[in-house]
Amino acid sequence: MPLVIETRGLTKTYQMGEIPVYALINANIKVHSGDFVAVMGPSGSGKSTLLNLLGCLDTATSGEYLLDGKAVTSLSTNEYADIRNQKIGFIFQGFNLLPRTSAYENVELPLFYDRKHRIKDHHQATIEALQRVGLDDRMNHMPQQLSGGQQQRVAIARALVNNPALILADEPTGNLDSATSLDIIAVLQRLNGQGITIILVTHEYQLAQYASRIIELKDGHIIEDKVIEERNIAPDLISC
Amino acid sequence: MQLKKLLRSAIRNILRNRLRSLLTSLGIIIGVSAVIILSAIGQGSQSLIEEEINDLGTNLLVIFPGASRTGGVNLGAGSINRFTYDDVEKIKKDSRLVNAVTPIVQSGGQVIAAGNNWNTEIIGVSPDYFKIRNWGLKNGRYFTDIDVKINRKVAILGSTISDELFPNQDPSGKTIRIRNIPFKIIGVLEDKGQAGMGRDQDDIIIAPWTTVLYRLKGGRYIDVINASANSTEFLEQAEEELNAIMRESHRLNPGEEDDFTINNQTEITEMETRTSKILTWLLGTIAGVSLLVGGIGIMNIMLVTVTERTTEIGLRLSVGARKIDILTQFLIEAVVLSTFGGILGIIISFLVSLIINTFSGFYTLIKIEMVIVAFIFSGSVGVFFGFYPAQKAARLNPIDSLRYE
Repeated sequence: MPLVIETRGLTKTYQMGEIPVYALINANIKVHSGDFVAVMGPSGSGKSTLLNLLGCLDTATSGEYLLDGKAVTSLSTNEYADIRNQKIGFIFQGFNLLPRTSAYENVELPLFYDRKHRIKDHHQATIEALQRVGLDDRMNHMPQQLSGGQQQRVAIARALVNNPALILADEPTGNLDSATSLDIIAVLQRLNGQGITIILVTHEYQLAQYASRIIELKDGHIIEDKVIEERNIAPDLISC
Repeated sequence: MQLKKLLRSAIRNILRNRLRSLLTSLGIIIGVSAVIILSAIGQGSQSLIEEEINDLGTNLLVIFPGASRTGGVNLGAGSINRFTYDDVEKIKKDSRLVNAVTPIVQSGGQVIAAGNNWNTEIIGVSPDYFKIRNWGLKNGRYFTDIDVKINRKVAILGSTISDELFPNQDPSGKTIRIRNIPFKIIGVLEDKGQAGMGRDQDDIIIAPWTTVLYRLKGGRYIDVINASANSTEFLEQAEEELNAIMRESHRLNPGEEDDFTINNQTEITEMETRTSKILTWLLGTIAGVSLLVGGIGIMNIMLVTVTERTTEIGLRLSVGARKIDILTQFLIEAVVLSTFGGILGIIISFLVSLIINTFSGFYTLIKIEMVIVAFIFSGSVGVFFGFYPAQKAARLNPIDSLRYE
């Protein structure tokens, strides 16, 4: 399997006045295509920093990062924007859907910034993404007309629409009850089964068991990186 | 396509907050309508002045007898010397810059026609007069040089007289008696309306000058001479030329004071025009200030919008928007907001102008240039005052804005 992510000595320090804060220290991570990696750790462990670096939202202080075989350290802000558009799909805890904008238009949003016209048929791509999360029958609904789980599925469709190399989910079930959480996990597992690489950031140990691999962080260091032997499977309610 | 989508989303964002958008654009609405209405009032009064000049006659030069000196000890216009037809003939013969000239003989009296009578002004002129005064006929015909030559008793009525003496009929061919002398009516003049001081210009009877002078008034002197210059451009040269011809005609030695006065209409109206121009500028400045205030209102609300939509900006950045995309989006929103205000302002100004024209004594004239200027200006206000908030939005950092609550 080809490597989607490879980091070598990835380090991020913040300057808090006089004292440097080490948010992430010397992280070496390899993620293969089709992996489902759960990133765990208590707050302040560097999870968010790692996610921001992997998501090209932030630049590392030192170290190398290869995304989909391409070095993405020291690029311009515009190049970072384009990489986010082409290679990465984000899923957030708070869904971050545009209010009073239909599900269809929310999913379509990343295509709006598709400068290179990688996706030929925007309409087709949007419909397909909605189909993959089982919401093609609700595409004209506004976010406020959808349940929390449905809203998060719209957000997943939005992350999928650009056909990215990698999906980054930051506590995607943090705002949902346990039953709905399981639904979302099921969607992610199914997408993973279709070959999509997923990195799931969570602090819930239970949830991490649905991934195929766990990376655990503490105080900016990777303290564990293991494959889950007995992976939990969430019941998939959407039949595709 | 990008622009179309941006426009659509900008319009949707504005419609989402209808009341706020309306209140925000209020400054622009008031500013734009103020600019247009105030300049329309200025333009209106200016066009009235211009119309008055045109009514008086194109490039009119009026020659009065008597020195131009006012104040001091002077015997007054007309008291020292008078004009004769020789003066008119000499102008006709010698002048190159004047294309029409007429003597004017003034008289007045009671006019009687079939049961009605009216007291009015009667002037005697030559056919050139109608050309100089730019005065058309409602019906009938002008009199000719022959009529003048043989002192024919024909008359042309002003529309007021015509209405008074012959209500609802065509007086052509009928006879009136002016101080008991019968005149045949050959035509009726077009309405000219009121002159500057409220004098009704249509309350007049015009006849050949010879007829008025020899049959009605008696004597041999002409009261005033009117002439019209070939073009406005050469009005001053024409005035100088007339001055020289008149001095020669009156055999004045060099150094001797003129015994006549030449006036041109622009001198009279110039001051009035200047005043109205100053007024237009002044009002325009006030209106410009209100547009400025409107622009600041837009900037204010755009700053609020940027703060409110921080997470949206973060999201857009995370799905691949560049800084320029965010900048464009918010700039377009500001411009749409301000042009929306501009359009509303233009509509309001048309309504107000209509109301003013219908219900008040003022006359307003909206010039299309003014509307275009106001519209472009309102758009520019959006660009100018929307730029800072849009730049602020574009400078947001994706991580912080995604986390913003």
